[in-house]
Amino acid sequence: MWSLIKVELYKIFSRPRTYIAFGAIAALIVVIQLGLKIDGDAYSSFLMKDINDTLTVDGKVLNGYLICYILLQLLLVHVPLLVALIAADMISGEANLGTLRLLFTTPYSRTRWVLAKFIAASIYTILLLIWLAFLALFVSMWIFGTDDLFLMKSNYVVLIEQNDVLWRYVGAFVFASFALLTVTSLGFLLSSLSSNSIGPIVGTMSVIVFFTILSTLNIPLFTIVKPYLFTTHMNNWKEFFDIQVNANNEAITGSILNIPKIKISLVVLTLHIILFVSASIIIIKQKDILS
Amino acid sequence: MKNINSFLSASTILFLSLLFSLRASAQVDPLIEKVAQKLALVNDYVAEGSMKTDVSFIKASLGKVKVYFKKPDLLKVKKEGGISLLPRGGVSLTINTLLNTKGYTSIPVGTQLLNEKKLTVIKLIPNDDNLDWVISTLWIDPVEALVYKTATTTKENGSYEITMQYGAYAQQGLASKIIFSFNTKDYKLPNGITLEFGDEDPASKQKMLKNKKGTIEITYNKYTINKGIPNNIF
Repeated sequence: MWSLIKVELYKIFSRPRTYIAFGAIAALIVVIQLGLKIDGDAYSSFLMKDINDTLTVDGKVLNGYLICYILLQLLLVHVPLLVALIAADMISGEANLGTLRLLFTTPYSRTRWVLAKFIAASIYTILLLIWLAFLALFVSMWIFGTDDLFLMKSNYVVLIEQNDVLWRYVGAFVFASFALLTVTSLGFLLSSLSSNSIGPIVGTMSVIVFFTILSTLNIPLFTIVKPYLFTTHMNNWKEFFDIQVNANNEAITGSILNIPKIKISLVVLTLHIILFVSASIIIIKQKDILS
Repeated sequence: MKNINSFLSASTILFLSLLFSLRASAQVDPLIEKVAQKLALVNDYVAEGSMKTDVSFIKASLGKVKVYFKKPDLLKVKKEGGISLLPRGGVSLTINTLLNTKGYTSIPVGTQLLNEKKLTVIKLIPNDDNLDWVISTLWIDPVEALVYKTATTTKENGSYEITMQYGAYAQQGLASKIIFSFNTKDYKLPNGITLEFGDEDPASKQKMLKNKKGTIEITYNKYTINKGIPNNIF
């Protein structure tokens, strides 16, 4: 199996398009970091306008932890589109080139090949996420330093002590890996249905954009549908950054406000991954390779 | 003619006595003097303690703080290794900073029971128009010469109430616990800025958080008094 995965990884990383995603993420993060380094004080003053009416905030608000949170909010919506570039090409790309027929004449079963391709695409996805984590978190910590995480949400502010932040990012990135693997598996499923790459790539992107819009609109009609959309659950990495308070309104260090929400989202995303990959295997096993 | 002279004399005496009584009332109350004398023993201090922030729209844990004070009115609260939230302008209006300005008129307004203590209530009005505060009411224990509560209205930063409890440092007029109470304004950031699209029921959360009073409690464990503090701390 490992040899099949190595073959697939070689194919992925020998294509120039693979590196587009790494380059795009690096460019976006560097531009945002540069902007915040030069003009971050004006940005934080704007964010804290309401708070400054009542309170004086003393400390390094715009630190590496906050920068990483801002970057993740911006990028975790768009990274799925970059994941689709590779995942949705895994089977259809070979079908288009005519190499899928050759692949399936080898002694290895179709199921093995499909699983090997999915695992290779997943490794690419995880590497992309690690690259994102390295640039967004560690480079931001290096450039901006660290302090407490002063998180301004729409209706309230969460102040997380700096020694209580890093594990939350680890949790958020692990959660994000499940979210991105769901996108990988969706792209993979659509890839198994097509004989050219463009259709599944555009199709995956369209599904993500469409579902994301439905997930983010606060219209009662869509509220009913929201819990069933995987894009709604993909966004719940933010739950790692909301903490519980006791009866005296003191934040409880090391706590997470809504653990069940995270668990449910992880289960939903995992089920999506299993469903999409299983469907891909069934489709490929029954497929006539005509190209 | 004699009647007119008598009337003028009586009017002059009445006017002079009124002027005298007004001038007398503009003097600093002896109790305030007693409190100020007690506070005068402290030129500067560094106090270590813990701070609790209780504002409806803020989730924050207890934090260790250091409070620096230097005569006449320099005060700084610093959280050790973290971000601190303090009421805007309110923290600097402690009893030390109020009484050390000297430029005020005190008006005794009676006595009140506060936590089963009979306290003298005195209002302070600043003589200096440039001071930030407009009026301050002090609840003072006349026996111990300790201020247990102040309510201060400022020009720009609203009203504050500061409640004090005393312990080991009562002799120097330094509190063991201070509670700042202040009115909080509504907090709301558009979802477009926070990128929190699709949150459930934001309206009810917002309703819950409105019109609340905020408090910041500082409990002091240790004071280091009159050891000198460099000005760059403030």
